[in-house]
Amino acid sequence: MKFSGRIWVLTGQDGRLIDDIDTDMIFHNRYLAETDIAKMGQYALDNLAGWEDFAKKALPGDIVIAGRNFGAGSSRQQAVDCFKSLKISLLIAESFGAIYKRNAINSAFPILEAPGISDADFVNGDMVEVDSATGEISGRDGKRFKARPFPQVQADILSAGGLFQYARRLER
Amino acid sequence: MGHTVIEKIFMNHSSDEVRPGNIVWLDIDTRTARDFGGPNVVKRLESVYGEDVALADPLKTYFTFDCVVPANNIPYANNQQLCRVFAREKGMKVFDVDSGIGSHVAVEQGLCWPGSIYVGTDSHLNILGAVGCFGQGMGDADIAFAFKTGRTWFEVPETIKVTFKGEPYQFPVTAKDLTLWTLRNLGSRGALGCAVEFTGDVIDTLSMHERITLSSMVTEMGGIIGFIQPNEKILNHFQKVTGNNAVSMPLPDADAVYSRAIEIDIAGLKPQIACPPKPDNVKDVEDVAGRPVNGVFIGSCTNGRVEDFHAAAKIFSRFPVHEGVMAKAVPATKGVFGELLADGTIATLYNAGVIISNPGCGGCASGQIGMTGKGEVQISTSNRNFRGKQGDGDTYLASPVVAAVCAVTGKITDPVAFLKEGVSR
Ligand code: SF4
Repeated sequence: MKFSGRIWVLTGQDGRLIDDIDTDMIFHNRYLAETDIAKMGQYALDNLAGWEDFAKKALPGDIVIAGRNFGAGSSRQQAVDCFKSLKISLLIAESFGAIYKRNAINSAFPILEAPGISDADFVNGDMVEVDSATGEISGRDGKRFKARPFPQVQADILSAGGLFQYARRLER
Repeated sequence: MGHTVIEKIFMNHSSDEVRPGNIVWLDIDTRTARDFGGPNVVKRLESVYGEDVALADPLKTYFTFDCVVPANNIPYANNQQLCRVFAREKGMKVFDVDSGIGSHVAVEQGLCWPGSIYVGTDSHLNILGAVGCFGQGMGDADIAFAFKTGRTWFEVPETIKVTFKGEPYQFPVTAKDLTLWTLRNLGSRGALGCAVEFTGDVIDTLSMHERITLSSMVTEMGGIIGFIQPNEKILNHFQKVTGNNAVSMPLPDADAVYSRAIEIDIAGLKPQIACPPKPDNVKDVEDVAGRPVNGVFIGSCTNGRVEDFHAAAKIFSRFPVHEGVMAKAVPATKGVFGELLADGTIATLYNAGVIISNPGCGGCASGQIGMTGKGEVQISTSNRNFRGKQGDGDTYLASPVVAAVCAVTGKITDPVAFLKEGVSR
């Protein structure tokens, strides 16, 4: 699969990618009663210092880059769905929390692991193209980074449109 | 390049290439749901596939009720009934509210076995590493998928090898002290995201209940699962209960690749206690001795076996529960309860003043007895002492022996000193 879009690099005050962004920073528990995906986007990252207005700035098709252990913490699906709601096309991180990763893959939301990407010099607003089959991330200005390609399982679930759709396919 | 135990189990259940970091599809031997999570599994299956949804294999699919047993509130009663009706329609077996903790029922009844893969809605299913089974807790969507297809995907983790050194411990030091000592050494992130293989002379000598205690707390070390290579006796047990003579456990290759090797010295191991509010806040009991204790809970998947109650009974057969202390005992399963009844242990506990409940998770799942109120101090043999998990009081985690001695003295007490000096109350 190919993605192309504008990037948001989730950096802190020191300019480094923020590590250990947990599910309460992504989608705070005070909004957990919300079950309508369409309404979840407005709360995305509003509890992450420096990124409170992310939902207002993000546009459909944007790509987000985060640090290590993104999505640590609870198993809430909303922490994935809020990005879907904003139509973020791809989430790239150094690494993901284990449950977050399962939730994202099972619900067919594209995530890409890119260990070492904090040393690449992508900045907010860069336009990039990503090939999930090779893991290649290339900026329009020539910057390049090699992430891990989607594992086959993830590609299969993604192309089916989710875990249960994939299950239907298994039956045929 | 050789393979570790988890890699070998995966290879026996997958046609994908098994290498750490790879995501592979696994064929599951057994899938389960408990009364917590089970109703969501049913609702999800019915909403996605309709009420006449067909399961991949009803004979490999079970409900195990253990959280709120028997139901003490109407929502749980409704949820359990919803699962029963579903099970009846689909031809699945239910281990109902009289059975006990699901993971222990699995071991006793042979729903799992060395080398098998077992998933369910209980986050402590990795306890099954104690008998060489890859057990794993998952969310309701994942388990619904497993019910439907008999498969799941998993990222192959790296493996850490933990080797124990030093002389085996002796009563009143027990496997729980070994477990808390391990947690003290590794910390709450010591095994983060990894599988663990426990080895060393002392490990080979551990019996089933001791292995269960150790593996049950790998979750608290951040690990995915902790494997212990089954001995002859354990293999025989599973051959008997599964009726399968071919039960065999894969061995790690001699050139298996481990991401880390850790040695833990247990020479001179003293009774250990995890102080609130975190399981890895472990100290020597003697260093926190003296704090008044209001309650004691003996049970849970970590310490709810026959031998755990026998250890406690060694204290309760000689000393009664201290006035004002509420001591509670909850056997892990109906089978455990039956054995304790037959050999007189239940009478010993009762005569000492212990409250005895029907089998299940007890206060651990906030379903039965064992909860604390604000300001209350409880010594529990379970595996988590986070604030609020077992009530609003302060929970300390310790062995059944330490718990029993504290029940008897009414304060935190080191059993070594207690047994040496006789009674100091
Ligand atoms: S005893 Fe506690 S930790 Fe063990 S299965 Fe039951 S609720 Fe979970």
